[in-house]
Amino acid sequence: MTAADIIALLEQQFGSRIQSKNLEAIDPFVVVDAADLLDVCRFLKEDSRLHFDVLNCISGVDYLELDPKKAPKAGFDPHMEVVYHLSSFRHRHRFVVKVMLPRWKDNKPGELPEVPSVTSLWPTANWHEREVYDLSGIWFTGHPQLTRILLAEDWVGHPLRKDYEYPLEYHGIRGR
Amino acid sequence: MATVAAPEQKQEPTVVEFDVRTDEMLVNMGPQHPSTHGVLRLVLRTDGEVISEVTPHLGYLHRCAEKIGENVTPIQFIPYTDRMDYLAGMNMNLGYSLAVEKLCGMKVPEKANVIRVLIAELNRIASHLVGMGAYGLDLGTFSPFLYAFREREMILDLFEEVCGARLTYSYITIGGVHDDLPPGWVERCREFLNYLKPRIAEYHALLTTNHIFVKRTANIGVLPKELALAYGCTGPMLRGSLDRRQGDPDWDLRKIEPYCGYETYDFNVVVPPFDDRWGWRAPEGTVLGDAWHRFMVRMLEVVESIRICEQALDRYPHAQGAHRIEPPRHLPAGEAYRETECPRGQMGFYVVGAPGKGAVPLRVRARSSSFCNLSVTNEICRGCLIADVPAIVGSIDIVMGEIDR
Repeated sequence: MTAADIIALLEQQFGSRIQSKNLEAIDPFVVVDAADLLDVCRFLKEDSRLHFDVLNCISGVDYLELDPKKAPKAGFDPHMEVVYHLSSFRHRHRFVVKVMLPRWKDNKPGELPEVPSVTSLWPTANWHEREVYDLSGIWFTGHPQLTRILLAEDWVGHPLRKDYEYPLEYHGIRGR
Repeated sequence: MATVAAPEQKQEPTVVEFDVRTDEMLVNMGPQHPSTHGVLRLVLRTDGEVISEVTPHLGYLHRCAEKIGENVTPIQFIPYTDRMDYLAGMNMNLGYSLAVEKLCGMKVPEKANVIRVLIAELNRIASHLVGMGAYGLDLGTFSPFLYAFREREMILDLFEEVCGARLTYSYITIGGVHDDLPPGWVERCREFLNYLKPRIAEYHALLTTNHIFVKRTANIGVLPKELALAYGCTGPMLRGSLDRRQGDPDWDLRKIEPYCGYETYDFNVVVPPFDDRWGWRAPEGTVLGDAWHRFMVRMLEVVESIRICEQALDRYPHAQGAHRIEPPRHLPAGEAYRETECPRGQMGFYVVGAPGKGAVPLRVRARSSSFCNLSVTNEICRGCLIADVPAIVGSIDIVMGEIDR
């Protein structure tokens, strides 16, 4: 199935719940609201025409231009994206689903934005979501055990945020 | 070794219990696992000798390569990809180069593609040789490791001639390969392949058909196909669980999503059963998806890689074009995700170009194959004995540098 067919199927099923689509991108994708993510993913996985049974990758992307002079020309508003790369073992097609989030929940710095966990659909999401939480700072609601995976348990901050401040000291080890 | 005291049970002092109670025990394995996989720590929850839960603890080799990728240009990031899967640096270089080329819409000349295929397959052989030798180490035999390193050394010598490095090559780069092959290299490579081919029978005699080896690996860590797909397992890990008789496809990105012209090469994807194409019957006691099958997939992939290498060597003298084209100075806006078939599975790179056309990408994400393969450990170790854990984790053939990034 081509990406256009997949998007057409999704639009037929979900209508306006598909927030936007991009067919011109190198890897065509749709954007859904965080609240609709589980329904869309369940449909993508369980519909026999789509059958996306493999979740390849979950990535968190931080869109933020730190330099205030460049920010108006950056071409994006500050936000976070969670990108799901899916593929199908049976049909051999690929697809991308995105969720757009504010950088902080309710615009309160320090409050992580929330996305529902897809671990119940794809067990591989368990570790991927822990990694995205660890490095990008996104909270996956409904995850069985959302703890840091690569960094130490007592680490402060999420390094893949653009405004991450490098620690000057960690347990007596000097940074910088 | 750490034990956890069982909670004190409140008992009537007059009641004497003669029942034998077994305690759950937490056993710490690592962080220095005695093999070359890297620094991994496993916490085993055991009931006597039987495992009830395995919790891998990662991150000892974490260098936040993805953050570095946001601060350097794609060409500057190539050396960091070497240090992800340090046993297959060429394949890592190739994966990242292909992702950036996909984003830039570049088309690489034929000659560069031939060299890429040749070098990537040589590195696959070297990586599988280490995988075989290290697996022997995990199971307590030392000699296969020495034989494997003897042959790998020759591949490293060939690589050293090509790019000057023996482990972290940075040879395959964006737009092609860094240098053309040196004079006489093709003959020396052919000589090596002719030397290697008869040696494979020796490895089989040492390990594959060895009675002790079969007893240690047969029916251990059985991974059903559905579980492998659910956990995103790829590479030999997944292929060891497939069955061609059931109509399972030859799941290898070199076949199903060819890149670098792999579609023009004649090779087989190693999927069990092995008896018709390769003449190997699985020994008694082995079941599909066990440690023995994963090991065997790697061994036979070496044979197939030799075939690809020979075809690439034949093509090299007639290949058209340059070995490298100049990449654009600025990354276009947009994003590209590309997966390649690395020795350990599908390695994906996701590159996001900044909308402002910067020289550095907005985001670099590496989807690690070993990361997903390791995440299934808990499922396949449950119910086995402590002594089988090294046999199972070894059969996954992880490289921690790639998992922790």
